[in-house]
Amino acid sequence: MALLQISEPGQSPAPHQRRIAVGIDLGTTHSLVATVRSGSAQTLADENGEHLLPSVVHYSGDGTVLVGAAAAEFAASDSSNTLVSVKRHMGRAAGDTASAYGSGQLQSSSGGNNAEGSEGSNSAEDSNSAEGSDSAEGSNSAEDSASGMVKFETVAGLISPVQASAQILAALAARAESALDGPLEGAVITVPAYFDDAQRQATKDAATLAGIKVLRLLNEPTAAAVAYGLDQGAEGVVAIYDLGGGTFDISILRLNRGVFEVLATGGDSALGGDDIDRALADYLCEQAGQPVLDDLNRQRQWLIEARRVKEALSDSDLVEASVDDWRGEVSRNQLNTLAKPFVAKTLRACKRALRDAGIGKEVAEIGSVVLVGGSTRMPLVRQQVAEFFALEPLLSIDPDRVVAVGAALQADVLVGNKPGDEMLLLDVIPLSLGIETMGGLTEKIIHRNTTIPVMRAQEFTTFKDGQTAMAVHVVQGERELVSDCRSLARFELRGIPPMLAGAAKVQVSYQVDADGLLSVSARETATGVEARIDVKPSYGLDDGEITRLLEDSYEHAREDMGVRALREQQVEADRLIEDLSAALATQGKALLDEDEYHCLDVGLQELAAVRKSSEDHRPLQSEIERLAHLSETFAARRMDAAIKKAMTGHRLEEFEGPA
Amino acid sequence: MGISLTTAAADHIQRNLDSRGSGEGIRLGVRTNGCSGLSYVFEFVDEVDTSDVVFESSDVKLFIDPKSLVYLDGTELDFVKEGLNEGFQFNNPNAKGACGCGESFNV
Repeated sequence: MALLQISEPGQSPAPHQRRIAVGIDLGTTHSLVATVRSGSAQTLADENGEHLLPSVVHYSGDGTVLVGAAAAEFAASDSSNTLVSVKRHMGRAAGDTASAYGSGQLQSSSGGNNAEGSEGSNSAEDSNSAEGSDSAEGSNSAEDSASGMVKFETVAGLISPVQASAQILAALAARAESALDGPLEGAVITVPAYFDDAQRQATKDAATLAGIKVLRLLNEPTAAAVAYGLDQGAEGVVAIYDLGGGTFDISILRLNRGVFEVLATGGDSALGGDDIDRALADYLCEQAGQPVLDDLNRQRQWLIEARRVKEALSDSDLVEASVDDWRGEVSRNQLNTLAKPFVAKTLRACKRALRDAGIGKEVAEIGSVVLVGGSTRMPLVRQQVAEFFALEPLLSIDPDRVVAVGAALQADVLVGNKPGDEMLLLDVIPLSLGIETMGGLTEKIIHRNTTIPVMRAQEFTTFKDGQTAMAVHVVQGERELVSDCRSLARFELRGIPPMLAGAAKVQVSYQVDADGLLSVSARETATGVEARIDVKPSYGLDDGEITRLLEDSYEHAREDMGVRALREQQVEADRLIEDLSAALATQGKALLDEDEYHCLDVGLQELAAVRKSSEDHRPLQSEIERLAHLSETFAARRMDAAIKKAMTGHRLEEFEGPA
Repeated sequence: MGISLTTAAADHIQRNLDSRGSGEGIRLGVRTNGCSGLSYVFEFVDEVDTSDVVFESSDVKLFIDPKSLVYLDGTELDFVKEGLNEGFQFNNPNAKGACGCGESFNV
């Protein structure tokens, strides 16, 4: 018996028509799945009522794979077969990760976390000792010689981050299918705004491996903004402050005509609530007169108690702490003193992000601040963020779940459960996508600010008689000349049947999917020969480059127009010169008298001279017109000759066709 | 006769209405489609139709168009959990048969 959900007015689905779509927050430490039921988005719990699935995968020798809390139990006892924080390695080559990322694990890094003198903000810089603990998985990571991508050695063989992520995604999909009692139509999966092509593609690959259709990858900060309905609200700038256990991200977005544009991102991949836990654990040890602990398990005990105390201090001013037979008390003020350097560090990152976004000190431009991540439950964080942005942050949605909730809302729309174009969050193409045409000119196929997904096709033809191949050069930019644009890809269409110039029809299609991935295909319509290529343009450029390319195009607008006009006439002149020379060589003597021949020959040379010397398109254009006019008689005679040749030896009836 | 709600159903509808922030109540109805002939309509109500028949159960307003009422009279609406799945269930005495999925029925 299917259970019904309340629909929006007029939207009751026909039987079997309800499409199940979910939003998945594939996080570094935790992952969640959410869906829209009876009009509201909610995260889905497992059998034990847990919403957060630890992003941990454990492999055993017998082929068993555990995901989540069950896998996390092996983190200490069987660390080499337990993969944690694989998100940090998604789409990364082995060389990239070791230096760029530290692990946010509960690890032996407390040595550097001296909480003394924590009043000053510079101690926060020192206490970030993540490099020292370069991740449990770092030690057993190996390079896959084929791709250079990171892989982990486990008893189940080499496991890539994509494979491990696929396990997490599959577990969430299974949870969703059992909770929603039906097959999953698709999912919106969130990724950090700073994820590049390779990281996004790796995320998509993981979903494919898990058998999940990706409706769209959505930036995490955008998802958080959507969860609060900011996409429905006034246009403006939104700041998303995301402080998790092991990572901090700040994203500045601008909502413009229903589209969120990422203005800047920043943060610290080794800063989070875990650091505060460590600082508090050190403080507790100090209070208890404990020497520096080198036993990992003992350390863990103090860390767990520190975390409990920290969380309890979000609701109380004073919390009792106890480890073994030691008893003590921690006040919220004491915790705040310990946590302040870390919070200060996040605010410095916020300042940088604002500057990168071109907002600088004008915090007033920020319309809303959204809090994401469990660590934003700390009253200190809330208060400091509110002070920094001079704005009450949005925090009514559980900060652990808000990203998944936003993704679920988006998934619901994409799968077609909502009417019309209501809340269709669109992305735009930041720069026009074009193709190189003769003369090194750019022909724009998809213009900038076109909303994606989009597909546009244009027909091109051959330039020379008997041309059998065509080079397709895909470029991005606003300028008229290819040399001023950015080259994205080149490929060749071969196997065009030899025809007269201009007779072949080659259809070139540009298609950009919802994730900004461009594929270009060229197809000769008569024979169907086709060539294609996939390129990923939109993430390859950072905001600065996009701005520069745009400004260039404005600055050089007039000059570009002139250059374009000249190039067009040059191409035209070349075509005429080539055609006419060829015709004169083959048929000139037969069809023209001496004067006529001489006249055209001179005209040709004159045009060639102007073509060479003219810096302006106008004289060239009039020269082309003059020669074209002169050669009209010759063209007419050639036409007659061609027809005569075609008809010779045939009877009239043959041309009349069947009666 | 009429339509009634279990406490669980009423609570859940009220919660959904609250989180939606608007809506007069819930519309119940039937449509002639589905693999067994009829299917249920179950929606929030923003605009009340003057011909609607209104029931009130546990402070929740239920709106039904007269044509649908003949198929639904006596129905008790329940909210149930089945494992991880949860949702509303129509206990409709008029329904004679239902397709395996339960989303469609006949009388």
